[in-house]
Order: sequence, then C-alpha cells, then structure tokens
Amino acid sequence: MLRIAVIIAMLMFTVSVLLNLYRMVRGPDLADRILTLDSLYVNAIAMIILLGIFLGSTLFFEAAMLIAMMGFVGTVAVCKYLLRGNIIE
Amino acid sequence: MNSELPFLVELIVSAFILTGAGFAVIGALGLARMPDFYMRVHLPTAGTTLGVGCTLIASVIYFSFSLQTLSLHEFLISMFLFITAPVSSHMMAKVALHTGVRYVSHTQGRPWPSRTQRPSRDNSQILTEWPKRP
Repeated sequence: MLRIAVIIAMLMFTVSVLLNLYRMVRGPDLADRILTLDSLYVNAIAMIILLGIFLGSTLFFEAAMLIAMMGFVGTVAVCKYLLRGNIIE
Repeated sequence: MNSELPFLVELIVSAFILTGAGFAVIGALGLARMPDFYMRVHLPTAGTTLGVGCTLIASVIYFSFSLQTLSLHEFLISMFLFITAPVSSHMMAKVALHTGVRYVSHTQGRPWPSRTQRPSRDNSQILTEWPKRP
C-alpha cells in the first residue's frame, strides 16, 4: 500500500511541477518566474524525499538539505539583483 | 522498500504522503490559475510548504519505524524551509512592488510608485539633496 501511495504522490508532484512550468513559460513578469523557480525547488525537495522513501535509503537527506539551502540563496540573490542592481553591496 | 512494517504505520505514512501531494497540487493549481502576481504569491508559500512539511513528517515516521531508531534529519530540512519561506516570499513581493508588475482591478490596496521605478534612475539628483559637510 505504501508503494502505491508513493507512486501516486510522485505523479501528483509531477502534475504540480508541470503546472509550475506552465506558469514559468507564460508568466508575464520576472517576479512570476522567480516565484515559480522558488516553488520548483521546494517540489524537488519533496520528490527527493519521496524517492528516499521509495528506495528505503537515507542517503537522500543531504541532497535535499543542499537543495533547500542553495535554492533559498538563489532566490534571495536574484531578488537582490532585481531590487538593487547588484547582489552584495 | 521493506514490507515488514505494521499496517497502521503504513496507513499513517500513506495518509501523510497523499495529504502533502494534495497540498502541493493545490498550490501549483493556484499558481497556474490566479490572475495576478499579488494573488499568486500566496499559494506556493502556503501550499507547497505545507506539502513538503507533510511529506517530511511521513519520512520521519517511516524511517523511525524502518530503522528502529529515531530519525530526525528531516526536521532540519522542514525547519529550514519554514524559516526561509516567509523571507523569500517577502523578497519576491518587494521585487514585484519595485518593478511594478501588472495587477487586476479587484486586488486589495494599491502599490505606490517607488524610487527605483522612476524613468531616470539618476543618483546625482538624490545626492544633491544631502547636506554638505563643511
């Protein structure tokens, strides 16, 4: 039962990623695209955790932690670049 | 994936996983369907963060019962996400205010024109208003 639930949840996260990609392609402004990238890395973390449950391995938590930190740093860097013109003043 | 887990644990983990995936799909659907950036910025920060939170709780329960030890790595990720999601949401809303995104007419409140939105971003005009040091 857990196997089927993980597969269904992965399909639902795939649908979520596809909706995010639709908004990223169609998004009228830069702020929409930043928002979509922020949402995409959070979805990637969830999919990596689901893959870890599916394979029964605890090796994926470090990858998820790295994606969380680097995604946040990337979002803040792009926002600072758009706000101020450079990243570290 | 080992199959010697008790049925109740599998039921709880499956319920958490499916709830999290449902939250993520609702957030992404709102992100794709809302008409305005100021409405769109609510949905990933609430929906997707809750979805990842539910998935991480499911992972804590699964690995605690599967490895027979308390596994708390995931709380690190979920705490980090719950702290950084409002910060990044605030930065994106600020970017939207300062770059002047389009908004529909029934959005509550109106963004004001900011200094970076001026047609000429000439810093000398700002600097001449400062008092000169003797």
